[in-house]
Amino acid sequence: MNFMRFRKIYFLISAAVLVPGILSLIFFGLKPSIDFSGGTLWEILFAEVAVGGQQSGVAGGIEEVFAAQSLEVASVQPSGDDQFIVRTVPLSTEQHEVLVAALRERFGEIEEIKFETLGPTLGREMLLKTLLAIVLAISIILAYVAYRFGDLMFGVTAILAMLHDSLILLGIFSLLGHFASVEVGTLFVTAVLTTLSFSVHDTIVVFDRIREITRSSPVGLEVAIDQAVGETLVRSLNNSLTIIFMLLALFLLGGESLQWFVFALLIGTISGTYSSTFTAAPLLVVWNRLRLRRC
Amino acid sequence: MPKKTFFFGLTFFVFLVVAILVDLSGLVWSANVDLSRFKIPFKRDLSFRYGLDLQGGLQVVLEADMSNIAEGDRDKALESARAVVSRRVDFLGVAEPVIQTSRSGDSCRVIVELPGITDPEQALLLIGQTAQLDFRELSSDDTQEFVGTGLTGKDLSRAEVSFDPNTSGPQISLSFTAEGAAKFEEVTERNIGKPLAIYLDEVLLAAPTVREKISGGSAVISGEFTLSSAKRVVTQLNAGALPTPIRVLERRQIGPALGSETVQKSVIAGLVGLGLVAFFMIGNYGRLGILATAALVIYGIITLALYKLLPVTLTLSGIAGFILSVGMAVDSNILVFERIKEERRWGRELDEAKELGFGRAWDSIRDANLTTLATVFVLFNPLNWSFLVTSGMVRGFALTLGLGVLISLFTGVMVSRALVRMFYR
Repeated sequence: MNFMRFRKIYFLISAAVLVPGILSLIFFGLKPSIDFSGGTLWEILFAEVAVGGQQSGVAGGIEEVFAAQSLEVASVQPSGDDQFIVRTVPLSTEQHEVLVAALRERFGEIEEIKFETLGPTLGREMLLKTLLAIVLAISIILAYVAYRFGDLMFGVTAILAMLHDSLILLGIFSLLGHFASVEVGTLFVTAVLTTLSFSVHDTIVVFDRIREITRSSPVGLEVAIDQAVGETLVRSLNNSLTIIFMLLALFLLGGESLQWFVFALLIGTISGTYSSTFTAAPLLVVWNRLRLRRC
Repeated sequence: MPKKTFFFGLTFFVFLVVAILVDLSGLVWSANVDLSRFKIPFKRDLSFRYGLDLQGGLQVVLEADMSNIAEGDRDKALESARAVVSRRVDFLGVAEPVIQTSRSGDSCRVIVELPGITDPEQALLLIGQTAQLDFRELSSDDTQEFVGTGLTGKDLSRAEVSFDPNTSGPQISLSFTAEGAAKFEEVTERNIGKPLAIYLDEVLLAAPTVREKISGGSAVISGEFTLSSAKRVVTQLNAGALPTPIRVLERRQIGPALGSETVQKSVIAGLVGLGLVAFFMIGNYGRLGILATAALVIYGIITLALYKLLPVTLTLSGIAGFILSVGMAVDSNILVFERIKEERRWGRELDEAKELGFGRAWDSIRDANLTTLATVFVLFNPLNWSFLVTSGMVRGFALTLGLGVLISLFTGVMVSRALVRMFYR
């Protein structure tokens, strides 16, 4: 089958997802969680507040309690029937204690589901460290790809496919951040790194096959690429499907706290599978044609 | 059957039975396993360990303010700050607390994890205080009570372990500041033959008897110290001599309700996912799929047993890592099975195709897993490089994913091959 004849369509599909994401990254950026920006995330259960209807009243009340301590609230977001997530500046132990007392006085018994507070300097430090981790991971992967494929063409296209996947992931989360207030923290970075390694290994399987074919029979590179893609497509799809089954189950049935992390892994897996066949391989064809034309 | 295969099979069978027994402890019988009855020196609690996010609790990153401490003394001061925090944590009676130090650039930190704590506010107030060291003498009325001498941690410049030149046993040397030396001279002068008590945070640390008036600002406490007990006292004395005000940099506190619900949901999600994968593999590869599913179940049994034995502290993200690794574990099977199909298509005999499938797929399997392991290495940061993240969430994920990759190399290749050789004819 002639897969590579339709390479323009593959690039178009990628672009359809990439362009909105990149535009969103440029204009909206990502929404950092307190892991990176510092601040407080406070999830409170109000045991004595009636379900549903009064929620907006409670949200306002929470803001008033904070205002009484001259603290500004970034957002109060209902979660479930009787829970609220409050985002605000970093709180000291004393401030936290005063606020708990004030909230109890106003709303009766409360339960703290989660309370996280992080100074802004620590947030910046975390950001720096995660960026370093990404750079280090990419360098190791680069070194490995260079070692496995002495040929520049294979190495660069594998890396381009990997960038394609991370840009798709970042773009989608930028859009999600803007339209659905989804935040990115250290776990998101973990998902990005996992995607990187998955993307490269999926590509390596295809490239391995291309080299095997060119070595054993005297066919042109383009024929070899087509044959390799055809031969690895099923295994690539099957493998991704098993991962997707596990992630989908976790996304739909698992707890809320990991939902976006699992979603990021899901996007990464889908994109990583797509890119090895429909980005890396066609890029090889393009690269090869450019090289032939120049000679 | 060749001898080698038989030996491998037998070892593996024993191994698997042990893993199953480990998995079952806590479900069928008590998790407190004691094998001394069978003359095997093994006594352990074999229940799963849950991280803070799953059982609730408090994690704080404290920064010790070192601005008043000389550069050379900072390691000592940080160690003392850790000792003080850990003493106070003992006071709270928390099971399995984790207290670690870390340095990041100029910042000296103590990381405290207190699982299952019910009153985090109280705990923080207790932990967050600066250590107070003071020297006390017997009061002049005959109440046998110790009263303050005015000599405090501020007057002590440092404490060190030294060795008695005569007995070569460990002892503790104290050196005082100039001001402290004068005070110490006075205090020792009026307390010859009497005990001088040293209190840290209102708790008695040591009460050596004064033999003579000591001038010059250095003194020795000798006694029945072992090296480790002397070191412990020195660390605590230094907590007073090198006081470091502590402030909270980061605090994460999770209620107990959040975790248990999530564990249940994740277990269900994992089982459903496993069912889907098994269904898919059997639908796609028939009998080979059944063998792959068997290998996958073995993978699960071994992995969970290792979690208990090592032990691995399970976090939310760690569970996600495990579930992801189940999806990846069948990857090697798929690579091999596809290869076997191909070799068959190219007209090879079944036996030959089987062996070629495993042989030729190995390169791809190795590459695939190596890239994942490289990423896991960076995420887990095993060498504790201070320029990388050491976040518990990230580590939990990396650990279970990394273990998963290693174990799946074993079950996906060796175990599957044995199963295919035996049952796929």
